[in-house]
Amino acid sequence: MTDLTTDVRVTYPEFSLDVSHTFPGQGITALFGPSGCGKSTLLRVIAGFERTASGRISFGDELWLGEQSFLPPHRRGVGYVFQDARLFPHLTVRGNLEYAHKRAADLPTRYSFDDVIDVLDLAPLLNRRAPRLSGGEKQRVAIGRTLLARPRLLLMDEPLAALDTRRKGEIMPYIRRLPNAFGVPVIYVTHALEEVTQLCDRIVALSEGRLAATGGVAETLERLDLADVQGRFEAGTVLTGRIVAQDKALHLSRVDLGGAHFEVPQIGLAAGEEVRLRVRARDVSLALARPEGMSIRNILDVRVLGIESEPTTAFAEVLLDVAGQHLRARVTRAAIADLGLRKGQTVVALVKAVSFDRQALPREKRKA
Amino acid sequence: MELPDLGPLWLTIRLAAVTTLILLVIGTPIAWWLAFTRSRLKSVVEAVTALPLVLPPTVLGFYLLVFLSPNSAFGGFWLAATGTTLTFSFTGLIVASALYSLPFMVQPLQGAFEGVGRAPLEAAASLRASPRDAFFSVAAPMALRGYLTATVLTFAHTIGEFGVVLMVGGNIPGRTKVVSIQIYEEVETINYAAAHSLAAILLVFSFSVLLAVYTFNRRFPVHVG
Repeated sequence: MTDLTTDVRVTYPEFSLDVSHTFPGQGITALFGPSGCGKSTLLRVIAGFERTASGRISFGDELWLGEQSFLPPHRRGVGYVFQDARLFPHLTVRGNLEYAHKRAADLPTRYSFDDVIDVLDLAPLLNRRAPRLSGGEKQRVAIGRTLLARPRLLLMDEPLAALDTRRKGEIMPYIRRLPNAFGVPVIYVTHALEEVTQLCDRIVALSEGRLAATGGVAETLERLDLADVQGRFEAGTVLTGRIVAQDKALHLSRVDLGGAHFEVPQIGLAAGEEVRLRVRARDVSLALARPEGMSIRNILDVRVLGIESEPTTAFAEVLLDVAGQHLRARVTRAAIADLGLRKGQTVVALVKAVSFDRQALPREKRKA
Repeated sequence: MELPDLGPLWLTIRLAAVTTLILLVIGTPIAWWLAFTRSRLKSVVEAVTALPLVLPPTVLGFYLLVFLSPNSAFGGFWLAATGTTLTFSFTGLIVASALYSLPFMVQPLQGAFEGVGRAPLEAAASLRASPRDAFFSVAAPMALRGYLTATVLTFAHTIGEFGVVLMVGGNIPGRTKVVSIQIYEEVETINYAAAHSLAAILLVFSFSVLLAVYTFNRRFPVHVG
C-alpha cells in the first residue's frame, strides 16, 4: 500500500492550482468540486501530463516530480480513465486491450487478461471496432484497458459524465469493485454528489484551485463550510443506516440509523444490508413538536448543533444531530426567529424526500 | 513511331523515389514539431517550409546553385569530403528536390498529426507506451491517410519539377536529365512525336497514381471518432 504525496502548483493566466495533500494507497478517493475548481488539472499533474507543474510529487519512495526531476508519464505506472474513453480508433476492442496487456507483460500481477474480461463483461465486445461502441461500452473497455496496463494507481476523470443515468447505474458497480478486485487505489474526479456518496470512501474537495475540505464522505459532506463547493441547492448530508424491514405491499423499506428510523421507497436489498442515504438540506423542515395528521412520514427527534444565517439571503442552515449522525435543514431566517431556535435545543425534523439511487450499491462490509 | 529515350524517365522515377524516402524521414519530425509545439518559432518554421510553394523555381534554383557550388563553404566541404561536386550531379538534384518538395511532405503530415492530437498520446502514455512507442503504435497508424497523401504528393511533385532541376542540374544525360527537361528539349528541337510520347506517359502515370490513392482513401477510410 503506497501513499501518493503531492505538493504542487500550476499557474495559468486565469487560474492557479496550489494543493498539498497525501492520498492514501487504498480505496476510492473522490476529487470533488464544481467545474473549473482544478480537480481535473490536479489529476493531470499527478499523471504527468501538465509539464508546467512545479512542486513535489512522490509515490512511496519514488520521486515523480521534484525541483530537478520529472518522471515521464509512461514510467509512473499510473492508469488514467478519461471522460471521453480515448480508445484507439484504429484497433478493435481486443486490440485496445492487448495494447495495454503487451506493455505490462513482465510486471507482477494479481489478475489475468481473462479476469479483466470477466469482471467487466467485455467478451461480447472483443471483435468490435472501438468507434462503433456505445458510450457505456467504451467506458467499460477503457477501464479494462487501463487495468491491463497493471497500474499502481488508477486515476479516473469524470468517467461517467458523458453517460445517461441508466448507463451510469450500469457502470458504477464495476468501478466500486476496482480497489478490492484488482488491488489498485483509485482517485476519482467528479462534480456529481451522487457518485461521491455511492462510490467513494473519502473526499478531497477543491475550490478555486485550493483544498476546501478533506475527510470521510459523510463528515466532509455535512460540513457547513462546504456549502459553497456543493452549491446551496444540492447541499445536504449523508446518513448511514441498515435496512431492518421491507414492506413489499407498500413498497417501502425501513432503515435504522442507529436509534432513529427512516421510511423510504423500497431499496432492492436484503434486510441487514448497510445503505447510505443522502438527505438534501432543502428537503428538511423543522417543528417544535410532533405534528399530527401529516403526509410526511419521516419525523425525527433531533438536536440543534449549530445555526448559520446567510445575511444576504432569506435563508439559514441548521446543523442537526440525529442518533449521533448529522442532518442539515435549510429554512428561512424568519422561521428561526419565530420558532426561537437555539443551539442545543431539541426539535423535530420533517424529511420530505430522501434521495438515493435505486441501483444504490450496498457498502461492502469492512473486514474487521 | 520512333520510341523516345526512356533513360530520363527512369532517372526521374529514381529521383522522385529517393527524394520521397528522404523527406519521409526529415519531414516527419518537422511536421510533428509544428503540430505540437507551443514555441513562438513555430510561425517562422512554418513560413520557411512553405517558401518553396511561392518562390519561383528559378529563385530557389539560383540560391541552391550558389549554395552547392564548389566555391561555397558547403559545396567546397562536399568536394573535399567526397571528391565530387553537388552541382550538375544526381546527389545535387536530390538535395534540390528535397527542399523543393518539402512543403508537400510537411503540410499533410502536420495536418494529420494535428488531427490525431495529444489525447491518444496521453492515453498511450498512461498505458506505459514511451513517446517513441506511442508514435509508431498510435500516432503513425492514426495519421496513415496523411502519410499516404504526403507520399503521393511529394513523389508526384518531384516528378513534375523543372525549373530548379534545370538551374542546379543542367541536362547531363544519365545524371541530371530528367523527363521534364527532356520533353522541353524535344519541343525545342521540334521533335513533337517524342515529346508527345513522354508527355502522355507522364500524364497517364500521374493520373493512375492519384486515382489509386483517392480510391484507396474512399475504400479504406481510417476510423477516427
